[in-house]
Parts: sequence; structure tokens; C-alpha cells
Amino acid sequence: MFESKAGILLVGGLGFFVFAFVSNAVVPILMYQHMPEQTAEQVVNANLMYQVEDLQRRYPEPFKKYVGEKPTTENVAAMLRHGRDIYVGEGCWHCHSQYIRPVSNESKRWGPVARSVEYQNELQRPVMFGTRRVGPDLSRESGRRSNDWHAVHFHHPKTVSPNSPMPAYPWFFDNDNPSEPNRRGLALMTYIQWLGSWLEVSPTYENYQPLPDVEVKAP
Amino acid sequence: MNSATLENLDAPKHKDLVNEKIVLWYFLAALTYMFISMLGGILMAMQLVHHNPIRGIEWLSPGRWRMIHTNAIAYGFLANAFLGAIHWAIPRLTFRPVLSVFLSWAIFFAWQAIVLSTAVGIIIGQAQGLEWGETPVWIDPVALVGLLLLMVNFMPPILRAKGPQYVTLWYFMAMFVWTPLTYAMGNFIPQYIAPGTSGGAIAGLFIHDLVGLFVTPLGWGLMYYFVPIILKKPIWSHGLSLVGFWGLAFFYPLQGIHHFLYTPIPMFLQYGAVIATVAIEFVVATVVINFFVTLWGSGRMIVQNVPLRFFYTGMVYYFITCFQCAMQVTLTFQELIHFSDWVVGHAHLVMFGVFSQWLLGMMTYLIPRIVKRDWYSQTLVEWHFWLSAVGVFVMFLDLGLAGVFQGYWWASLQSWDVSVDGSYPFWMIRLVAGLAMFGGQCCFVYNIYRTMSGPQTETAPSGNLATAS
Repeated sequence: MFESKAGILLVGGLGFFVFAFVSNAVVPILMYQHMPEQTAEQVVNANLMYQVEDLQRRYPEPFKKYVGEKPTTENVAAMLRHGRDIYVGEGCWHCHSQYIRPVSNESKRWGPVARSVEYQNELQRPVMFGTRRVGPDLSRESGRRSNDWHAVHFHHPKTVSPNSPMPAYPWFFDNDNPSEPNRRGLALMTYIQWLGSWLEVSPTYENYQPLPDVEVKAP
Repeated sequence: MNSATLENLDAPKHKDLVNEKIVLWYFLAALTYMFISMLGGILMAMQLVHHNPIRGIEWLSPGRWRMIHTNAIAYGFLANAFLGAIHWAIPRLTFRPVLSVFLSWAIFFAWQAIVLSTAVGIIIGQAQGLEWGETPVWIDPVALVGLLLLMVNFMPPILRAKGPQYVTLWYFMAMFVWTPLTYAMGNFIPQYIAPGTSGGAIAGLFIHDLVGLFVTPLGWGLMYYFVPIILKKPIWSHGLSLVGFWGLAFFYPLQGIHHFLYTPIPMFLQYGAVIATVAIEFVVATVVINFFVTLWGSGRMIVQNVPLRFFYTGMVYYFITCFQCAMQVTLTFQELIHFSDWVVGHAHLVMFGVFSQWLLGMMTYLIPRIVKRDWYSQTLVEWHFWLSAVGVFVMFLDLGLAGVFQGYWWASLQSWDVSVDGSYPFWMIRLVAGLAMFGGQCCFVYNIYRTMSGPQTETAPSGNLATAS
């Protein structure tokens, strides 16, 4: 078997692969069968609507042009889908993660530890866990910062975060003006404000105190 | 056996087996993508140190080019270079040509179209949210057909050869089964079937299997092929070769979830992935021991022979990454270094330090034989080696250290700015190391250009027989 073609192709090639697939992929799929996947419409919640209404108040003209007269579940869900596509297409997920680990004081910095049910929705296809944090985790970002902060930050991150290595995204705005977010800018802000909005504790703020004997540079 | 005795054998001639032109074309395509990938890496590195010269241009956004960086190296450089190398190795090992030369060329052009449209898709912002698989969703099925056609083209010579086959072909046979399965699993299931956490488990399997079941078997298969040819002696232990192959086949597919430790993925699956990962490091040790004992007594050849030096440097790096992996995969280590530059350093040592260097070694060995000219400059060959090998190792050490610092800054709840500002010197060194690696490839490409435009030499070894060196 160990040197025959049939052994290599069927046992080593196919057999071991299927064994790993069943044990590492089919098992979690079956374990989460009881948590039905939610649609974007179903994950629109009151905290998110509050933020989108704020977007409408701050940017009435762009909002009317790119979203509609007023926020509804349907157009907010469409914004979430679009915002997620931008989050993926711009590679945001390569520098920002979306899960809080139960170690390294992460729940102190960001909020509650990640749970499976949070990821059972169509906006997590494929899941946006992420593998690298150049910038902070975003899964508890909802309501933490205001929409105008986000607009200025996307337009030119160094304006509000002087040493940030994040690239600027002027193409999220009309006329290169942070007060005129376009469809993409509005969609991405909606998506960011959604992350963590489903939690009872939303918005979550960092509840840590700097260590007394450590000098921390003001941001 | 020397070539005089082989001349009398009824062995097929090399020119009837190997289409040298396609090998060369694959290599040149691979190097083109290596350049594109490295430019993407440099752009991202300059962004991190606040010196990106290109700002505010959507199609040159560092976030998008970071995905070009990884995809161009995986599907552009590694896949193309491996395809070129197996167009050389498989016909010579089986004494049979590939199924169809026409199909070979069709796959070549189809694959370039796939890689280029992947690049264009990513640049215009249509990436898929799957690490190492950002290929836009509309290209995925086409790429899968391409991988299946490869199997159609290469499996007939292997299956027609009688009796048990050499180690290299075990790896290749299994790879032809694993690669389409891995590609289909990773690109389709988390996108269309399993959402959320269970999809994350599969995305982890995909990240890992793409390296472990596509790149690694091709890499080691070719090492088992080229190292004995250059050393002119067989691999030391057939038994250890068996342990290496079957250990990889069993343990590698079980590890993927270790990319997402401490996520909501069920903890017992995370433990399983950790154990399988630690287990494979023992297998890796047997393979590396096997190759170093094979080298025993011929150590001087490392000094003289650049391809062999590329191969064995890669093996040392391979052992380092795997040893590192056995430590970093433990939950204790993960607590500190996950999400940090440590992982980036690890990935560079594997993908560039090991597999790219092996392929660059194969190119250094094969290109003079294909173009029937000696290298234009041996000095440039040396520069290529040293800039690549030292550059990537400096980057690995630098990012590894950066990762430890970042991990402690985060865990000690320092302001986020502290971790970004503190990383600056490390990112600066990384940029310099990356530029050194880039410079090495420039030497190589210039050397290829001058070699190909120079006169043919009589003395360049051309390997007229299927079994000759």
C-alpha cells in the first residue's frame, strides 16, 4: 500500500483528506446547525438604525442621493452588504481582526469575548475573523466613535490619528471632501457602525486604566 | 552509471520527453509575477513607515496591493515555477511525455489569464474575503478547471509507468488529488455553504492546505528529484522517505484550524489542530535528517554549487519554520504572538525562504541547460543567492522580534499608538530587507537576460539523456 499508486492516490490523497475534512469541517458545520444563518435584513438593529439616522442628519444631501429619503431596514441592509464588499475589496480585514480572544486582556480593551452566534449571518460569508492586527480589532467598534470621526479618518487618517499608518481613502468621498461621503463611504460607515451593535453592552468602550508607573503618550 | 552506459540503454531521448520551451516560458512568467508581487510588498512596507509615494490613487491602494502581493506569489510565482519544473521532472522520471503538448500550452495561457484576471479583479476591488484565496469569485471555477486539466495532462505518464514509483512521484500523485479538493473546499464552502465560524474553520484548512498540500508536496517532490541528481548519489534512507510522505499526508490536512486559535471554533478542534501540528514537526525532522545525511561527505558541493546551496539553505529555513511552528502553535505562545508581525515573518520564511528559494535554485540549475549557455555572470548568481537568503532571514528575525514586542504592548493594555509607533524601527528594517531581496531578483533577471542574449556555448551541460545530469 505505501508505495503503490492506488495506496497513494486513494488512501494518502483522497482518504486522509476526507478524514480531515469530516473531522475539521463537517463537525463544526453540524455543531452550528441549530443557529440559523441570519440575513442582512435580520441583523439590522436599533443601535445600528440610530447610527444610520445620525448619518442622515450629518450628511443629508449625500444620504438622499446615495441611500434614500430616510433609512429603512431594506436600504440599510443593502448598505451593509455593500459596506462588507468594500471592507473585503479594500483589504481592511488584513489589518483589522473581528474577534475578541479570551486571553491577553482583550476583553478589557475591546469588550465581550467573541461567540459563534455573532458570526451566523450572511455578512460573514466568508467569515471576517482576520489574522493580523496592524490596527485594532473592529468587532466591538459600533458606537465607539462618531460618524464624522470615521468620515475624517477614512478621508485622511492622520488628521485624527497622527501616527496611523493606515492608507487614505479619498475615493469614499465626492469632491475630495470629508463632508461629502459617497455611496461607498456611507456604506462602509454603516458596516463599521454595525460591528458589535447587536450586543447589549453596545457601545463598548475601553474600560482600562493606564498602568500608573508607565508613561503613555497622548494620542 | 555514466552516460556512456546509459547511451546503450533503450531509454527515450530527453528531447522526446521534455518540452524545454514550455519550462522556460513558465519560469519567465513566474519571475514576472515575482516582480509584481515584490512591488506590492514594497508598496505596503512603505505605507507602514509613512513613506508611500503613491497616495490617493484607488487602483494603487496598498490594501489592494497587499492582496496582489500574496496572490501573485502563490498563483503567479510558485504555481508557474512549479509547473515549469514538473514539466521537466515528470517526463524524465516516468520516461513518458505529458499527455498532450497542445494541452500544456493551453494550460499555460489559461493559467496566465487566470492569474492576470485575479490581479485585475483585486485591483478594481472585487477580492473574495478568503486569505490566500482573494481570487474574485467569478474566477474560482475557471481556476479549478485549470487545476483539473493539469491532472489530466500529468497523470497519464505517471499511471502508465509500471511498478512502484520514485518518492517524487508519490508527492506529485497525492498533490494532484489534494490541490483541486483544497481549492474547491476553500473557495466554495465558506462562500456558499457554511457561514460564520464553521466557514472560518474551513478557511483555516484552506490557508494551511494550500501551503501544505499544494506547495509543500511539489517542493519536497522536486527536492527528492534534484538533490540526488546534483549530488550524484541516492537519498540516504528509503524508509525515512516513506515516513516523510505518509506523515505529511496524514497530519498536514488536520492542522488548518490552528490559524484561528481562541476563536469561537470548538475548542476540542483547536486542540486537535495543535496536536497534529506538533506531530508533523517530528515528521519534518526525519525528512530534513534524511537530506542532510545524504549530503554527508559531499558538503563541499554546497560551496561550489549554487542550486544545491539554494536547496539546502531552504531546508535549514524549513526546519527553522517548522520548529518555530511547533512552538508558536501552542496556546501559550498564541496568546502572545497571534495577530502580530511574528506570523508575517514566519510566512515570509516559508514562502520565500523555503519554496521560492528552492524554485530559484531549480531555475539557476535548469535555465543554462535549456538555453544551452553558461550563466553570463557567476558573480550575479552569487549576489542573487546571498541577497535572497540573507534578506529573507533578516526580515524573519526582525518581524519575529517585532511580533514579541507587539504582543506584550497589546497584552499590557498600552495605548494602541504605542504598538504602532514602537513597530516603526522594525518596519524600517523590514523594508530594507525586502529591498535587498528585490535587488537579488533584479540581479537574477538581468543575468538571465544577458545569458539568453549571449552566444550559445558548447560546454554548457544540456542533459541529452533522460537520466543524465
